[in-house]
Amino acid sequence: MRHALVLGLAAAISAAPWQQAAAQAADPTAAEFDKFREIMEQDNPAELFEAKGEELWRARRGPKNTSLEQCDLGLGAGVVKGAYAQLPRYFADVDRVMDVEARIVHCMMTLQGFKYEELAKQPFSSPVRTPEPVSLATYVAAQSRGMKIAPPQNHPKERDAYETGKAIFHYRAGAFDFSCASCHGEDGKRIRTQPLPNFTKPATAIAAVQGWPGYRMTGGVMHSLQWRLNDCYRQQRFPEPGYASETLSALLTYLTVNASGHVYRGPGIKR
Amino acid sequence: MRLAFVVTLACAALLLASCATPPRDYRPDALSLMQRDFHAKGIAGMDRLNEDSVQATCNKSQDNPPQEVADKLQKEQLAAVKWPADGKLLGDWKAGERIAQNGQGMAWNDKGGVGGSCYNCHQVGPRESSFGTVGPSLYQFAKKRGYSADIQRYAYGKIYNAKAYNLCSQMPRFGHVRALSEQQIKDLTALLMDPASPVNQ
Repeated sequence: MRHALVLGLAAAISAAPWQQAAAQAADPTAAEFDKFREIMEQDNPAELFEAKGEELWRARRGPKNTSLEQCDLGLGAGVVKGAYAQLPRYFADVDRVMDVEARIVHCMMTLQGFKYEELAKQPFSSPVRTPEPVSLATYVAAQSRGMKIAPPQNHPKERDAYETGKAIFHYRAGAFDFSCASCHGEDGKRIRTQPLPNFTKPATAIAAVQGWPGYRMTGGVMHSLQWRLNDCYRQQRFPEPGYASETLSALLTYLTVNASGHVYRGPGIKR
Repeated sequence: MRLAFVVTLACAALLLASCATPPRDYRPDALSLMQRDFHAKGIAGMDRLNEDSVQATCNKSQDNPPQEVADKLQKEQLAAVKWPADGKLLGDWKAGERIAQNGQGMAWNDKGGVGGSCYNCHQVGPRESSFGTVGPSLYQFAKKRGYSADIQRYAYGKIYNAKAYNLCSQMPRFGHVRALSEQQIKDLTALLMDPASPVNQ
C-alpha cells in the first residue's frame, strides 16, 4: 500500500494530460481531487467488481444454465480483450447499434434466458446490491485498459447513431428547458464546484468516457454509464430513459466517438 | 477493367446522391426514438418531451433564432408574466438565500417545485464559495445596477421567466413553469435588490 501511495504521489506530481487540463481551468478543488483520485486508483475498489464480473462471465447461469463465454461483443464470439474500446458499434443480429451494457443485457437474454423486465427492474447499484450487468460491464471495460478509444463509424447505422445521439444531446425540453448541452456544451463551466466538461469537443469529450464504469466515493457504489446518463436525465427534469435503450446507445455513440483517439485508463474512481 | 468501370459508376452514383440530397435532419429520428424509449416517472410526465414554442425555436436554430422571431416570442413570454397583485416585488432576503441555496425541485423524485438552484449556476451572496459559473455573477446585483423600481421589476421578471428577456437563455423559467411560487420569487428578488441583503454589501 505504501509503495502504491508513493507511486501514486509520483504520478500525481508528473502531471498527466488530464491534470494539465484541470490546471488550465484554474480550479484548485478539481486539481486536488484529481491528485486524490490518482492515489486512490492504485487500490481502486473497482477491481473487486472487475473480478466479480469475470466470475459472472464464466459462470453457467440463468434459465438456460449457460455462461456468457459465447457472447459476441463485436470482435467475435467470446472475444473480450479490446472489445470495449470499440463500443458502441453496430450488431447485425439485432440490426442496431449497442453500447456495452445494452450488449451484455442482450447476451444475458439470448444466451442465458434472462428477461429484460427482470434486468431493468433495479438496474443501478445501491450500497447493498450491485446488479450483475454493472459488474460484467466493469470486467469487459477492464479488458480494454490502455487501449485507444475507437468506436467504428463504418456502418451507416453507426453514423446514424452518432447523428441521432448528437440531436438528442442538443434537445432542450422539460420543466427547465435543459438539454445535455446546457451543462456540457461549453468550456470551463461548473455547477457549484463541480467542473462541467464540454462533450461536444474531442479534447474534452474524453471526460464522458474516462473513469467509467467508476467506483463512486459518494455512497461507495460501483456505477456504470447507464446510471450516469439516467441521473443526468433526472437532473435535466426529463422523464426517465429506458435502461439499455437505443436512445442511450445513440447518446453514448455521440459521446464516445467524440472521445476517439484517447487512451482508456480502465474502470476508475469518481467523486 | 469491368470492375473499375463498376466502381466508377458506383462513385458517380454516390456523388449524385450527395449532391441531390441536403444533409439529413436527425431531429425527427431523435424525437421518435425518445418518445419510444422514455417513460413517465414521478412528477415527470412524457409531456415534458414535447417542445413548447420557445424550446422548438431555440432547438431548431441552435439557440440563435432570427431577431424578429426572438422579439415576437420574448414579447409573448413577457406578456404571460404574472406580476404580484399587491404590487410589491420584494419579500424577505433571508428566505431568498435559503431558496437560492436549494437545488431540489421538479425532478422525478421531487413532489414539485422546491428551490431556485441559484448557486448551482451563479455567484450570489459573498459567504457562499461553492457556486457555479454557468450564469453571470449576481454579487452586488443592485449595488451595481441601482435600486430603482425598473431594476426590481427586471429582477422579478427575469426569475419568473428568463426567456422573456433572452429567448434562448440557459436559465429555467421558474415562475412560468410554477417551479417557484410568487412569494418565493419575491424573496429571491429581495435577495438581489434589498440594500440590507449580503448580496449588496
